[in-house]
Amino acid sequence: MAKDILILAEHLNGKLADITFEMVGKAKELAAGFGGKAVAVLLGNGVKSLAESIGADSVLYVDDAALAQFNPEAYGRLLAALIQERNPRVVMIGNTSIGMDLAAGLSVMTDLPLIAYVNGLAADGGTLAATSQIYGGKIQAEALPDGEACIVACLAGAFPADTGKGSAPVEQIASPAPLDDLKVNFVKLIEPEGGDVDITQQPILVSIGRGIGGQENIELAQELADALGCAVSSSRPITDAGWLPKTRQVGKSGLTVTPKVYLAFGISGAPEHLEGMRGAETIVAVNTDSKAPIFDVAHYGATCDMLDLLPALTEKIKG
Amino acid sequence: MAVGLDKVKPEAITEDKHLVVQGMDISGHWNRMFEQRVSWDYDVDNLDRVTDLPGGESLAWCYGCAKCTAVCPVDIVGDYSPRKIHRKTQMGVDLFNSDDLWLCTTCMNCLRVCPKEVNMIQIMPAVREQAVLEGTTVPPELQKAFEDTAKHGNPLGQPQRKRADWTKKVGVPVSIMKDLGRPVDILWYVGSYPSYHPRGNDAACAAARIFNSLGVDFGILGVEEKDDGDSQRLAGEKGLFEMLAEQNIAAFSKYEFSRMVVTGPHEFNAFKNEYPKLGADFKVLHYTRFLVEHLDKLKPMLKKPINLKVTFHDPCYLGRHNGEYDAPRQLLRAIPGVELVEMGRCRENGYCCGGGGGGMWLDSFTKEHTTMRLSERRVREAAEYGADVLAVCCPFEVSRFEDAAKSTGNDELMVRDILELLDESMRG
Amino acid sequence: MNIVVSIKQIPNLTDELEINAEGTGLDHDALQYVLNEFDEHAIEEAVLAKEATGGTVTVIGVDTTGELDGALHTALAKGADSAVKITGDFPRGTDSHTQAKLIADAIRGMSPDIVLTGVQAADDRDGQIGPMIAAHLGVPYVGVVTGVQVKEGKAVVHKEYAGGVMAEFEVALPMVVGVQAAHQPPRYAPVSKIRQIAKTAKIDEVTGGAGPRAGSTVRRMFKPESAGHAEMWEGSPEEVADKIATLLAEKGLVKRG
Ligand SMILES: Cc1cc2nc3c(=O)[nH]c(=O)nc-3n(C[C@H](O)[C@H](O)[C@H](O)COP(=O)(O)OP(=O)(O)OC[C@H]3O[C@@H](n4cnc5c(N)ncnc54)[C@H](O)[C@@H]3O)c2cc1C
Ligand code: SF4
Ligand code: SF4
Repeated sequence: MAKDILILAEHLNGKLADITFEMVGKAKELAAGFGGKAVAVLLGNGVKSLAESIGADSVLYVDDAALAQFNPEAYGRLLAALIQERNPRVVMIGNTSIGMDLAAGLSVMTDLPLIAYVNGLAADGGTLAATSQIYGGKIQAEALPDGEACIVACLAGAFPADTGKGSAPVEQIASPAPLDDLKVNFVKLIEPEGGDVDITQQPILVSIGRGIGGQENIELAQELADALGCAVSSSRPITDAGWLPKTRQVGKSGLTVTPKVYLAFGISGAPEHLEGMRGAETIVAVNTDSKAPIFDVAHYGATCDMLDLLPALTEKIKG
Repeated sequence: MAVGLDKVKPEAITEDKHLVVQGMDISGHWNRMFEQRVSWDYDVDNLDRVTDLPGGESLAWCYGCAKCTAVCPVDIVGDYSPRKIHRKTQMGVDLFNSDDLWLCTTCMNCLRVCPKEVNMIQIMPAVREQAVLEGTTVPPELQKAFEDTAKHGNPLGQPQRKRADWTKKVGVPVSIMKDLGRPVDILWYVGSYPSYHPRGNDAACAAARIFNSLGVDFGILGVEEKDDGDSQRLAGEKGLFEMLAEQNIAAFSKYEFSRMVVTGPHEFNAFKNEYPKLGADFKVLHYTRFLVEHLDKLKPMLKKPINLKVTFHDPCYLGRHNGEYDAPRQLLRAIPGVELVEMGRCRENGYCCGGGGGGMWLDSFTKEHTTMRLSERRVREAAEYGADVLAVCCPFEVSRFEDAAKSTGNDELMVRDILELLDESMRG
Repeated sequence: MNIVVSIKQIPNLTDELEINAEGTGLDHDALQYVLNEFDEHAIEEAVLAKEATGGTVTVIGVDTTGELDGALHTALAKGADSAVKITGDFPRGTDSHTQAKLIADAIRGMSPDIVLTGVQAADDRDGQIGPMIAAHLGVPYVGVVTGVQVKEGKAVVHKEYAGGVMAEFEVALPMVVGVQAAHQPPRYAPVSKIRQIAKTAKIDEVTGGAGPRAGSTVRRMFKPESAGHAEMWEGSPEEVADKIATLLAEKGLVKRG
């Protein structure tokens, strides 16, 4: 199997995670270059139908009660044995909450190099070149494994998911390692609680400043946040005025937030505010003043009236 | 809003439900005045804990005359003063764990009037230091400023490497001592806010241009400069102050200069009064006094009239703490067109902007305990006196007052450092 | 309860990162090094665990900067009981594989009940240290953990998945935990206290041997394109709304069409 690429399929609550399809799609492209196959590995309990929805060249699955939920110890043991048995050219694992429990340990157990935080992969002639996004996204590092084989941990969203969807011949295999006497025991899943919004934990923030004009317009922002399933945060004047609770204030004397997307509507970008949101992955600023300092830190900007934009965007999201 | 959070609880005051004295029914709160009211009725352990600390002694001296209450800037927007602190502590409130511990801005107005010399400038840092060491009650905003200063050498949390980046905006050369390799007349200590805050940058650039026009032989430390640490000391982080002082003193002693000029009053206070205790030995001037020395040369350069009504805010650490009231006013009067109006609370009785003693990093905390921010109270006063411009000469104040002008609806009030006004008049 | 915390110093990301002349690594000498932020959470969680159940906290790291003492003193000021540094020829930016092996070798003899470390570090190009230490020690690892409770030879850990869902695991000790966030923000160690400790505390020193190295070689390091100013979207509010919706969809945050 030395030319094949092994991909660990990730799933939670009976659903395959997008990272699976993203890696499978990329693996097919690379495997073609190496003259091998993209082989997905799915570990679970009662997962045949999930296995059938992966668009790899082939899918192996292990069906075992001990795998009903993700268990880092069980996954680790099993994958280490499988890698030793099948000797793949590349092992692809998500650089995700699940994959981060596995890849580095497997690297030690199997003595394969690991390249982590990968957001670019290319078959460069006969060798694999993996590009890692490191130092908080400030640096890209392109590396080659010292030997032929290696493990790569891929960042979510790095590759398109579409080409990894479809179906493939599936084969059930027995677990290559014993799954009894585990020291790690899954107890339960805990769903996020409702109630108090924690703006530091939101993937998106609809953040508003004095540009909102008046308290009566807050609901425009709330409607957008509802449509997006996220929360409204704000600059200080808004919480000072009591239009939003103090827990929603972003900045020096408020909270520091790092959402994936920070939508800054009608916020000028005072240094005290910037201090609290600079670390967001993507910042979109909407402000009628094209010279507002917020545009110096934003990635994207527009100079339209937020009061027109909010309802328009809400409509778009609701579809 | 919770003003006066830990006033003595009414139930702590004994009050007999039924009491008949000489045939007169004085049930209820009437009988309180007949109760014995001596201080040993209270548990004075908490007062002792304060007065046992080096620096905390003078809290015991208060005799309750309340002169301080009349002048305390926090009391004007809240419920505060040394007398109140003394009384609460005497009656058992634990100052170490009280929100009151963080409200004093160390503005020194109380000490100015206190017949007993109850000295909050020493009491507060002493008690705060214990609270900081225990680490349980320090407001998170303040803690963050400590952390940023410890990590980055400035309370704004900006990279040390960028400390001299503002010089790129000036338009005239600003020499960095390390590159200069020769003695200078004036070592200019720029300070954290002028180095990093965009509005502070404006003042720093103005100063650089003014020094340049006057032909001053000066240099700055650039990335070798660290925050002076004095406000952190007053807020209770003495170790941080000492660390910064050692680093700064080491940097200063690498170079030869005849005098140092500082942009900010807090730095002035640090270098004049505190660094010498740690072995520093140099002469320091606030920029206002330094420029007044050059007034003869400066005056003819001030060409463009600024036809505005200007009022001046005395920084606590320049005025009350260090006795400098005249230099800033002399500079303002030198600018053609400026009509200087004084606010009611000026000079010795100047109102505090709220930024001193760590207040700069307690914005939300203080807001929770006051009816309005001190900076907002001050901006309203400036507006009441009909000023077009609120002139300042402390780098903390520009951002505070500008923000306060917006939040109080006085958007038309301009907040300018004296440096900016001079620069504007010079540039014509 | 014998708690060990493994820490690592990384470049200060607020500094401007410069790439070396060869274009294959950072110009480490020009950088200021700080403690990995996740390790600060690991220290906090360790001290909280100690406060809850008793025991001792030992903090250990490889001294890649000659400045590890500062981080160790800070950990002691926060409530750790002892500190160990591994010294040897380990330059700044020493890879994770090497650091993990050195730490595993150094702590094996301490027989820790639980090892806490930051779930990741900004320079983990060859992977995270925690799972590697666990593999060397032959004990289980759970990472992305936001809360640890230890009792009677077991640890109950909460592991975070995407979208706020969490899994609870019960793990027989010893184990290694990759801490995402302590259940309280890391406490501040006042410089006053650190300075007191620096004068009196003793740091144990262990000499480290050769490490296994990363197993891959960087051939090109570069900075992603970044604009100093936002890319401006022109057009009507509807057009701008469309662009924002597309962006959110591309990031997988909303479904489109
Ligand atoms: C010590 C201190 C601590 C502080 N802490 C914080 C903090 O933690 N967080 C914080 O946010 N601030 C803080 N501030 C306040 C800060 O300085 C600013 O005053 C504040 O961030 C400004 O908020 P803003 O951007 O909403 O308002 P403004 O600065 O008034 O900006 C409003 C913006 O909206 C735009 N606008 C107006 N109408 C529209 C419209 N219809 N459509 C689109 N755009 C429009 C305007 O062009 C303007 O740029 C602090 C200040 C100090 C001094
Ligand atoms: S120093 Fe100033 S703020 Fe503090 S108690 Fe005295 S008058 Fe009030
Ligand atoms: S002025 Fe001095 S003596 Fe009088 S009440 Fe205030 S602190 Fe006490």
